[in-house]
Amino acid sequence: MAGDSSRRGSDWEGVRLHVVTGKGGTGKTTVAAALALALSGQGRRTLLVEVEGRQGIAQLFDVPPLPYGERKVATGAGGGDVYALAVDAEEALLEYLDMFYRLGRAGRGLRRIGAIDFATTIAPGMRDVLLTGKIYEAVRRRTDGRSGPLVYDAVVLDAPPTGRITRFLAVNAEVSGLAKVGPIRNQADSIMGFLTSPQTAVHLVTLLEEMPVQETTDAASELTAAGLPLGAVVVNSVREPQLKVADLAAARKGTLARPEVEAGLVAAGVNVRESALDALLVEVAEHAERIALEKAERKVLKGLGRPTYELPLLPDGVDLGGLYALAESLRDQGAA
Amino acid sequence: MTNPALDLDAVLGDPATRIIVCCGSGGVGKTTTAAALGLRAAEQGRTAVVLTIDPARRLAQSMGLTELDNTPRRVTGVDESAGGSLDAMMLDMKRTFDEVVLAHAEPGKAQAILDNPFYQSLSSSFSGTQEYMAMEKLGQLRAEERWDLVVVDTPPSRSALDFLDAPKRLGSFLDGRFISILMGGARSGGRAYLKMLGAGLGAVTAMLSRILGAQVLKDVQGFVAALDTMFGGFRERADATYRLLQTSGTAFVVVAAPERDALREASYFVERLAEEEMPLAGLVLNRVHGSGARSLSAARATAGAETLAEEGGHPLAAGVLRIHAERMRVLEREQSLRRRFTSAHPRVPVVDVPAQAGDVHDLAGLRTVGEALGGS
Repeated sequence: MAGDSSRRGSDWEGVRLHVVTGKGGTGKTTVAAALALALSGQGRRTLLVEVEGRQGIAQLFDVPPLPYGERKVATGAGGGDVYALAVDAEEALLEYLDMFYRLGRAGRGLRRIGAIDFATTIAPGMRDVLLTGKIYEAVRRRTDGRSGPLVYDAVVLDAPPTGRITRFLAVNAEVSGLAKVGPIRNQADSIMGFLTSPQTAVHLVTLLEEMPVQETTDAASELTAAGLPLGAVVVNSVREPQLKVADLAAARKGTLARPEVEAGLVAAGVNVRESALDALLVEVAEHAERIALEKAERKVLKGLGRPTYELPLLPDGVDLGGLYALAESLRDQGAA
Repeated sequence: MTNPALDLDAVLGDPATRIIVCCGSGGVGKTTTAAALGLRAAEQGRTAVVLTIDPARRLAQSMGLTELDNTPRRVTGVDESAGGSLDAMMLDMKRTFDEVVLAHAEPGKAQAILDNPFYQSLSSSFSGTQEYMAMEKLGQLRAEERWDLVVVDTPPSRSALDFLDAPKRLGSFLDGRFISILMGGARSGGRAYLKMLGAGLGAVTAMLSRILGAQVLKDVQGFVAALDTMFGGFRERADATYRLLQTSGTAFVVVAAPERDALREASYFVERLAEEEMPLAGLVLNRVHGSGARSLSAARATAGAETLAEEGGHPLAAGVLRIHAERMRVLEREQSLRRRFTSAHPRVPVVDVPAQAGDVHDLAGLRTVGEALGGS
């Protein structure tokens, strides 16, 4: 492992909240977890938060489902600690009411008459208000009330997907529009102020495929329009070209030198039938097609002008070892 | 042990099939599957409409349409020689909500609802309203009798079955005490509940006012009061749509990709649909990798590539072997995930759709997917 001195500095000094979003299926939970590991250098503590009730973090780190409480799930890439939290909207509401209004038994009364249920499930935006409120609390929490050091050096949010991210993060602006004065208005304004500040960065995870890239550029403009600070573009599951440029072009055209491949296979001690050789050449053509597609999409992403990190495809799937490898790669590229 | 094959052509060809619901987690190709099923049905003679509910407008892209609004539009380029046709639409959440208000509230109250700030946020910008409106629109399309098949692409929800839960949640909310208290006795029974709670109306509203702020509470009360007249009808229709989904004229198609998370969600859907007594047609497993050279294992291909690398010759063949090795590793992982699903659900019919090299974004691409779905 490279020592801290040999590493380039992080691109995100001063960022306390890393929001990780992406189209469904791009691997945003994996990237969020890898980023949390990457940020946990010597003596640093990172909190990884999920808000969608999927228990994706627990499955990734191979631990039992997370209760509503923060607990350590891993040691980071640099020796620090990674804590995890699965936020539950209902618990967050009761905690919030208790903290700000000392409701105690009255809070339970609200649950009995269905008010808690209303707030967390029927009034849809309320959920997002509570979830963002809890995240805000965790980012600002200090060990000793107001004066001690911060509990977490960084918070990484495995956020809702790109289609919903702007609405999710900007929900407090909506609240400010509804509540002209009062405690809710004040809380909404502070959260919105923090989320639009340079202490927040919204990272976009994508694959080098047309629709994920399209959603990434759409989300980038929506986030910018809402005043939310864009972070990096993280390109996941990148395939390395396995052939020379000229061979890739020939493979796409179907003019790859078959006798040369055949001779090479014999030299490698691999004997295949004619039909299997045909199949191998089809696979090579598909690979070349895919590489060409990736090149075109990479160009579109470059147009966003954001720091861009690339993570390799893990053909065997993501296990804990793979997660650390991705974290290391993110550190090497300056993400942490 | 192999699962039965999912015969979607039989589902599409059965005139008794009136609704197909595609559900699955985000990014598994749900929209593409819905569009491909609609197109295939239309070209086999059905009068079909596809309803998509996605802010990224992916269906518009994949069907070559530049704009979809809240009304179904004829898709051009469809082969209508079998007597069928295809319409497509995208749900406009706010417009659907407004239409419900205008159709069901008393004329005097409708404007009050539309003008209420709480309504305006709820109907247009808060996430989650989609599920209610998707159910509403599905019910409307089905009731119009203009189509003999409605194909629905479900919202990309936190939990993709949220749209099934929406009517029930609405029902329990309407029957709940909270709304009576909010209404402050405007509805009968409100005060009785308060007495049971042993608290005065003033105390509860004072607490809510303290939490929400007086002005927000006033807007919420205004909104709830205005909606009160139409709630009953709204709920009745949501319940009717829910029951419609349970009938044999509906086919649920669970869509997944051969990825761990997507298949886990698929398992959950299969179980939930059984619990809700919703008719499941089967699982569509999208983007499955195959190989015509399976006899050459990943290990042997890798070893061959290494031999060539050591000897320093044949870079092209070495590349070919590495490409095949990667393909075989992906394929083996996908097969093991597939086995995990099928052994847990041995009776669920499954159809595989091969991975395409590029994205599907035209009717020709949808036809190719449709052929795979039809089993050919």
